[in-house]
Amino acid sequence: MPVKVIKPGLLTTIQDLGRPGYFHLGIPIGGAMDRVSLRTANLLVGNDEGAAGLEAVFLGPELEFTEDATIAVTGADLPILIDDVEQPGWTALKIKAGQRLGFGYLKSGARAYIAISGGVDTPPMLGSRSTYAIGALGGVDGRAIAAGDSLPIGAGAGGTEGATVAPDLRRATGSPVELRVLPGLYWHRITETAQRGFFDDEWKVAPEADRMGYRFRGGKALEFVEREQPFGAGSDPSNIVDGCYPYGSIQVPGGTEPIVLHRDAVSGGGYFMIGTVISADMDLIGQLQPHMPVRFVEVDMETALKARADRAALMNRIRGALDR
Amino acid sequence: MKTRYSFGGDEHIFVEVDEEMSLDAFFKSLSMSNSVRDSKIKGVTEICPANASFQVKFDPDQISPDDMLAELKKLEGAAENAEKKLTTRIVEIPVYYQDPWTHETLMRFRERHQDPNGTDLDYAARINGFDSAEEFIVAHHSNPWFVSMVGFVSGLPFLYQLVERERQLQVPKYLRPRTDTPKLTVGYGGCFSCIYSVRGAGGYQMFGITPMPIYDPQQKISYLKDFMVFFKPGDIVKWKPIGREEHDRIAAEVEAGTYAPKIVEVDFDLNAWNADVDGTNAKLMEALNAG
Repeated sequence: MPVKVIKPGLLTTIQDLGRPGYFHLGIPIGGAMDRVSLRTANLLVGNDEGAAGLEAVFLGPELEFTEDATIAVTGADLPILIDDVEQPGWTALKIKAGQRLGFGYLKSGARAYIAISGGVDTPPMLGSRSTYAIGALGGVDGRAIAAGDSLPIGAGAGGTEGATVAPDLRRATGSPVELRVLPGLYWHRITETAQRGFFDDEWKVAPEADRMGYRFRGGKALEFVEREQPFGAGSDPSNIVDGCYPYGSIQVPGGTEPIVLHRDAVSGGGYFMIGTVISADMDLIGQLQPHMPVRFVEVDMETALKARADRAALMNRIRGALDR
Repeated sequence: MKTRYSFGGDEHIFVEVDEEMSLDAFFKSLSMSNSVRDSKIKGVTEICPANASFQVKFDPDQISPDDMLAELKKLEGAAENAEKKLTTRIVEIPVYYQDPWTHETLMRFRERHQDPNGTDLDYAARINGFDSAEEFIVAHHSNPWFVSMVGFVSGLPFLYQLVERERQLQVPKYLRPRTDTPKLTVGYGGCFSCIYSVRGAGGYQMFGITPMPIYDPQQKISYLKDFMVFFKPGDIVKWKPIGREEHDRIAAEVEAGTYAPKIVEVDFDLNAWNADVDGTNAKLMEALNAG
């Protein structure tokens, strides 16, 4: 019972919770950038939390259903239209065979998650349906959806029509957005003034922001502690002997524009990193639009673990509210 | 060598065995990352070895970051004393140096390069003290290389030349990374060669191209049927210079499913290599040529 793609949107990809286990070969975990939103959308339509759905960035797709289904859209505030009639977000909606799901203009956030009862049922690769376009894995033939595609949908029970997630359970970014960072990795490579400046300055999301990573600009260039470059590292003070990059790590090529690696991260390279965005705040990055003001906030491990527990508790409250 | 540990957020520990590249650092890092895998520490989700460092991803809901760190530190002593020996394979990789495709690309991105008036090879030759690109090419392919890391994207190998530090070729990366690199470009940055497994962005200098795919997500290519990624750390590579005609012949064989890379199993002993670089390399080459 396929769903037909009438218009693909800007860049709409099939995503689940990703393919762990291959990062040592340069194949990243991938999956939804905003995991809580995907999990919630799946719960609303009666799917497993990790079922594959659609991740639409900035602009929604237009889809035609060939059978009745339950759908839910979470994440970014992208007005939802069924046959041009606006519908609520974060809510289980019935859609009938022959009806079209479309979207209005983005109001806030960056990525909307569309879950369909039964889940998108394209063939998994290395254990996941997530689209990793660089390596041509998952999705539709390794790519984003395109007009004319017919997306296979699995069999599903469907959720309870009208079930909804209360607004206080929908996590949204503040303004300026605060991203909590645990300093480390090559933090010692910049001066104390640069370390303070990184956290004091206001940064803005650069247009070069995608599933691989988010670039930021607007803060002061980082000053390096002088040293003779180690053999094999390369001549720029921001170079290291190519090593592994953690998800969420912040590299600053040339000391000028920080890049936070996300779900489709490159697994390693030759740029130093000054720290890592904590796991609890990774979802928030997926909802940042270009030009948004952002502050990086220094935290310690205890705070990072507390934030992680808070986020897990939020997910449990969502499960409880939806009786799952 | 001084091992340094650092948390990468609440889910990673980064272990730098040495700041600078050497095969000793690589072997210690590989040995430690193998011990992490063998010791089956609770909560470990990914182990990624790199050139002179490695990274462990873990689930802090299963093991606290401090406990994870303590577990890793326990393994360091044993890695120090581990045998620096590998049973591995030597693979011949055909390279069409100065090919038209990387040439077209490097001309397109000239304003991002240190030397806008030459080619990447001219520049690499000059700063390494060679009279011509041709001489540099000979230096690039006359000794075997060691795969010291797989990563960046989709099975891309980083290779370290099996020669003493004085003979290492060193070339900086592009001033600003390119947004395009042809698939299967043989590249160079710092002291590392690489093969771009897929088309995409890149900052390494471009020297040539191989007709031999090293990544196939469809697993249709004859030698990638078992797994989509060709390389693993510890592989040894010998570049074989080829011309256009041979390039096209191999590409056609790959397409037809008849191409078989030349691969021979070999033992590599770092102590023996350190004691006699040229002699050990000659033995590796003999093994390859006899295969």
